[in-house]
Amino acid sequence: MGDSQYSFSLTTFSPSGKLVQIEHALTAVGSGQTSLGIKASNGVVIATEKKLPSILVDEASVQKIQSLTPNIGVVYSGMGPDFRVLVRKSRKQAEQYHMLYKEQIPVTQLVRETAAVMQEFTQSGGVRPFGVSLLVAGYDDKGPQLYQVDPSGSYFSWKASAMGKNVSNAKTFLEKRYTDDVELEDAIHTAILTLKEGFEGQISGKNIEIATIGPKRIFKVLTPAEIDDYLAEVE
Amino acid sequence: MSIFEYNGSALVAMVGKNCFAIASDRRLGVQLQTIATDFQRISKVHDRLFIGLSGLATDAQTLHQRLMFRHKLYQLREERDMKPETFASLVSALLYEKRFGPYFCQPVIAGLSDDDKPFICTTDSIGAKELAKDFVVAGTAGDSLYGACEAMFKPDMEPEELFETLSQALLASVDRDCLSGWGGHIYIVTPTEVKECTLKGRMD
Repeated sequence: MGDSQYSFSLTTFSPSGKLVQIEHALTAVGSGQTSLGIKASNGVVIATEKKLPSILVDEASVQKIQSLTPNIGVVYSGMGPDFRVLVRKSRKQAEQYHMLYKEQIPVTQLVRETAAVMQEFTQSGGVRPFGVSLLVAGYDDKGPQLYQVDPSGSYFSWKASAMGKNVSNAKTFLEKRYTDDVELEDAIHTAILTLKEGFEGQISGKNIEIATIGPKRIFKVLTPAEIDDYLAEVE
Repeated sequence: MSIFEYNGSALVAMVGKNCFAIASDRRLGVQLQTIATDFQRISKVHDRLFIGLSGLATDAQTLHQRLMFRHKLYQLREERDMKPETFASLVSALLYEKRFGPYFCQPVIAGLSDDDKPFICTTDSIGAKELAKDFVVAGTAGDSLYGACEAMFKPDMEPEELFETLSQALLASVDRDCLSGWGGHIYIVTPTEVKECTLKGRMD
């Protein structure tokens, strides 16, 4: 492809009008572990596979879902270390907002600032784009919200979305099962079923992570025991 | 003469029943010479939020411009007006930024917060917030204003009574201060309307 001649430098457009590094970043995301999010009428649920490279890894120490503020959390598909850096930056931005206004940052503002950081890394010298797409779930005065942020820095609000390896099957599954008035408990079941669709091996509370945010506006990562309870309900 | 007394000012805000009123004098002086008798100290941030700035007039103008700038950007980004409590935190932060070279101003912030509850507060020149449930005062006539308000204030006044009370308190206090006076500006704000009046007092 003629594009490959332009794939070395981030700040150079290819003749087809693409920034090839961003395309490659999206490929990195697409080969990451599946993650998904569903916005319910009274909350949001996000979930991800947690496939570890070996059974010797201490799975309790791996936290793929992180909170950014007490009422906003995030999950990713792609490169874990890039995710950690973004979480750190976003948490700082959220705290700076709070220090200035003594008010919790609205979800849209935090998403916008995180996306701006990701965009900076597509237009600066000597850096590469982040190899992650984020699903940000939050509950503020505007209600429950779910946003996806891509390596390019573009962000979209979704009713339900998936990212990573199994994205097309997962999205088709979600499209079929999603209704506008779905409640949080049903959304959790749907999230589990969607993950199960493309799951290789036996699904359990130890190899998936789920987090919810409900009307009380507290972001909570479920414990493996709680996940096992939901899995039993789904059976 | 202290730098806070260079231009002279009197500012007061008072809480009523689901309403508030904010009032100021109209004199702008250069030490003992009166330069203007129609100086505006109170400005509207949005329909439910007002800020008055007492103290050195040049700092009051610059601070006002900076606050309007920040609020307009906030409105564009967040697609909503700032709550009074949020605005007060912003004022406090901006003032503290200049901790070792401060603005010589004392702001008085008054607004209606969510569910139409009146909110008033003042800060010192480096951003220490003082929230009050009844009234806040600022300016060279501050001490007199404290006395007059303490004597005349009653909780849960309706807008008409609040207007009378605040006007009397302001005019009585500025008469005891040679650096403020020449009438007054008063805004009475309820959830449905904003009334602005000019008071005629002793023109001296």
